[in-house]
Amino acid sequence: MKPANPYLPWEAEIVDRIQETPDIFTWRLRFTDREVARQYGFKHGQFNMLYLYGVGEVAISVMSNEGEELLHTIRAVGRVTRAMMELKVGDHIGVRGPFGSAWPLDVARGKDIVFVTAGLGCAPVTSSIKHVVANRADYGRLVIMQSVRHRNEGLWEPQYDEWRSLPDTQVLLTASRDKTRWPHWHLGRVSVLLDEAQYDKQNCVVMMCGPDQMMADTSRTLVDLGVPGESIHVSLERNMQCAVGHCGHCQLGQHFVCKDGPIFTWPQVAELMRVKGY
Amino acid sequence: MSAKPRVAIHKFASCSGCQLAFVNMGAELIELTKLVDIAHMAEVGHVLSEDEDMDIAFVEGSITTPHDVERLKKIREHSRFLITMGACATSGGIQALRNNADTAEWMRSVYAKPEFIHSLSSSGAIANYVKVDFELWGCPVSVRQMLAAVRAFLFGVTPPNLREKVCQECKRRGNNCILVTQGAACMGPVTRTGCGALCPSFGAPCYTCYGPAENINVGSFGRRLMGLGLSQEQVLRKFASINNAAPAFSDAAKLFCSEPWMEE
Amino acid sequence: MSDMRYLHRADLPTLFSAIREAGYRLIGPREETGQGGLVYREIDGVEDLPQGVRDSQAPGHYRLVKTGSARCFAWANTASAIKPYLYAPREKLWRAVRKDGRVHFEAVEREAAKTAILGVRACDLAALELQDAHFLQGAYVDPYYKARRERLLLVAVNCTHAADTCFCASTGDGPAAREGYDLLLDELEEGYLLRVGSERGAMIAADLPLQPASAAQQAEASAQSEACARQQQRALPSQQRLQQLDALLEDARWTRIAERCLSCGNCTAVCPTCFCHREFEVPALDGKSTEHWRDADSCFNEDHSYIVGEVVRHGSRERYRQWMTHKLFNWVPQYGRIGCTGCGRCTTWCPASIDFVLEANVLLGLAAAPEVELPHVDGSEAAE
Ligand SMILES: Cc1cc2nc3c(=O)[nH]c(=O)nc-3n(C[C@H](O)[C@H](O)[C@H](O)COP(=O)(O)OP(=O)(O)OC[C@H]3O[C@@H](n4cnc5c(N)ncnc54)[C@H](O)[C@@H]3O)c2cc1C
Ligand code: SF4
Ligand code: SF4
Ligand code: SF4
Ligand code: SF4
Ligand code: FES
Repeated sequence: MKPANPYLPWEAEIVDRIQETPDIFTWRLRFTDREVARQYGFKHGQFNMLYLYGVGEVAISVMSNEGEELLHTIRAVGRVTRAMMELKVGDHIGVRGPFGSAWPLDVARGKDIVFVTAGLGCAPVTSSIKHVVANRADYGRLVIMQSVRHRNEGLWEPQYDEWRSLPDTQVLLTASRDKTRWPHWHLGRVSVLLDEAQYDKQNCVVMMCGPDQMMADTSRTLVDLGVPGESIHVSLERNMQCAVGHCGHCQLGQHFVCKDGPIFTWPQVAELMRVKGY
Repeated sequence: MSAKPRVAIHKFASCSGCQLAFVNMGAELIELTKLVDIAHMAEVGHVLSEDEDMDIAFVEGSITTPHDVERLKKIREHSRFLITMGACATSGGIQALRNNADTAEWMRSVYAKPEFIHSLSSSGAIANYVKVDFELWGCPVSVRQMLAAVRAFLFGVTPPNLREKVCQECKRRGNNCILVTQGAACMGPVTRTGCGALCPSFGAPCYTCYGPAENINVGSFGRRLMGLGLSQEQVLRKFASINNAAPAFSDAAKLFCSEPWMEE
Repeated sequence: MSDMRYLHRADLPTLFSAIREAGYRLIGPREETGQGGLVYREIDGVEDLPQGVRDSQAPGHYRLVKTGSARCFAWANTASAIKPYLYAPREKLWRAVRKDGRVHFEAVEREAAKTAILGVRACDLAALELQDAHFLQGAYVDPYYKARRERLLLVAVNCTHAADTCFCASTGDGPAAREGYDLLLDELEEGYLLRVGSERGAMIAADLPLQPASAAQQAEASAQSEACARQQQRALPSQQRLQQLDALLEDARWTRIAERCLSCGNCTAVCPTCFCHREFEVPALDGKSTEHWRDADSCFNEDHSYIVGEVVRHGSRERYRQWMTHKLFNWVPQYGRIGCTGCGRCTTWCPASIDFVLEANVLLGLAAAPEVELPHVDGSEAAE
């Protein structure tokens, strides 16, 4: 749905909030204007601009859009997000969206699905993991690989157990900075998980998000292992002000991450990500 | 604690210009006093001890005596949020020029009984002694920025911290660059934004009130100024001004002082 | 050519009054007395035009020179193009009011004044087309730009005198305007040739004491234009050749440029095609309402590429590379052509006197790097 003024947010109410970890929280939001709520629809991988009164806007992936409610999981890292963590149920914020490209969940039908996430970058893929889990029969094998620094950052640990019990599903976890190895957990970076993952390299869709370097390294390894570049999808982050292709902040080479991305196929960005500071 | 956040305005070595800017802000001052309790401000007669707990402490002036250091530490201990106000507090001020001089010698030449003077050998920025939560640059500070900082504090966020160059604001105002049209030695390309490009808007060159901007290139700019006809000594003085002790500017001054500038 | 007509210089005021009568405020070139140089500002009459004035431009250098000529448009260009009249460098986007725990959003609907700009150059018309593509023709429309764009009347004047920094002939955007104007003038010794480019323009022209243009006058106009193109010292390589910049992203030359670049963003600010901006909030002191604004921003500023924990383009090498590759290379897939229209402003208004065209040519191996890489150190400007 496209408003006449693309910069103007809609009002939304925080109807529920969950403190996931000391610095990560989830909001359940409801647009105050029912018409907006009814017309709002998103594709997995897209994001909203969430606005904190008097402070500013931040780009946050849409986790889900259940009924007329929106789910967002936010990590408090700076000016806007830290102050957002202080808001309570019943408080009101601004929302614009959804913006950007989506994960190729349609194309992925019938294929093996590989999710790779690292660090805090799991929010943009979580909605599609949930989608694949909910429509398990539509897809082939499912591999979920996640690397965090410490095991206690594993935000969706109860869900990992649930997903692990699904048919043809692997959940591979690694903690890059922990010393002790926990059951189901490896030590080291994502690369240590790649050997164990079982999927059809020629007939899979990889969806990845996390720090640039991790995505670049992993994508290159996957291509070396025989996965076609076109099957690899990455979600990128760049500074975002407008989210509608006007402010120019999100540019990466020829791309505007807000409208051409945030989800790109690996060949679209492979060369660009090789250039430091581009 | 009272319901309104408590604000203190402290003074060290300074001309009080920043506090004056505060007092002269006009109608907004009335609004401000509705929002916060200005509990300590010696200039207007509210005097409390440094041991009183405060939510925000604005600190004006640089640290020049051992007693200053003690007072400042107390202020820090009792303040939730400490904001430096102006060039003196933030970089040491114009008086930091004496940091390069022989203070003992000066003392002997000025005072009949120098043994009664307890002074540090330097004029130091507040951040040299205690943790600073936010810096307001400028000589004097901009009231707009100060109020924005208070508002941000009331919203529970850190104030916006823009470190771009004066040129950016100059261009937004539609000015023709006087460095280009007149060969004026305008310091805009190395100076931090905040004043709204006040001087160049009136055709006068910027003279570094707001301290160094981010990612500045003092070597190249100094050479450019020499290209405009300034001597090496004049370039040095351009940097060694109100914010001479800000590291980026004191480095620049050194560059144009001791080193033969033509050598790459 | 049959639609070309002639307006005597003595009748130029009729153009002013016709534009005024059509309800437009009139912006035109005039001397900025305080800072020096030419600017587009509101003008009252022909007496405000820069008659007998020429601009002398070089990297980091702009001066006006008196020529004594009767011509009013015998200069190359102004410091800022017409960009600020459409894409404002500072703009209030909307406001929000907090009341009873709710947040109410209000758009700022701004009725744009009907604005006529006189003396618009070919390079700036071409740049306007690129700004239109950016702000109006994407998936989202900028309502503020649109409001002004719709109420704009453009009276272009073909260039007769190129500055030393001009290179529009090489980008194909000038010195003669091809399209995008409502009225187009060629300034001759005695008067003006006039062409109509739109309905709006035709309405204005209908009120003017026009005469048929003679063959000699038309020949004089084309000869001037051709001479102006020949006068240009600089040339940007072809769009095709510029694509090779893609292979040069790690070239050592970027570091050489960064040694001089001040990262001041003057180049992006004066560039008629740059569109970057940041958004920010201006809350009222009492906190009861707040305004959402935007400011023109630059890829030379740290916040442009800031993401939590890092500034992606942290130094001048990365920032200059972003600027040049965006203009000369990455713009092509975005908007179908390079983002430079040859106005030369980035070079003239660079306080470090960095020569954009020269640097592009050096990078591509088409010109030798100058032996002395310092900014001007000869003291030559001090004499003025
Ligand atoms: C497409 C996309 C999806 C995202 N999804 C999520 C998510 O689901 N959950 C989550 O916690 N975070 C997400 N992020 C990151 C989130 O936008 C940043 O963490 C957030 O902007 C930080 O703002 P801040 O004011 O708290 O931090 P500060 O460090 O104070 O940043 C100041 C300003 O810089 C800009 N900025 C800083 N970092 C980023 C960034 N990484 N991306 C874009 N703009 C930035 C913002 O305008 C921000 O307000 C996403 C980013 C993008 C681009
Ligand atoms: S006049 Fe000064 S501040 Fe303005 S653009 Fe020129 S150098 Fe920068
Ligand atoms: S890049 Fe330079 S020459 Fe080209 S349009 Fe922009 S300012 Fe003019
Ligand atoms: S990225 Fe830089 S060069 Fe490109 S439009 Fe923005 S400011 Fe101009
Ligand atoms: S190229 Fe020149 S104008 Fe542009 S940022 Fe560098 S010094 Fe400033
Ligand atoms: S976020 Fe503004 S252009 Fe992409």
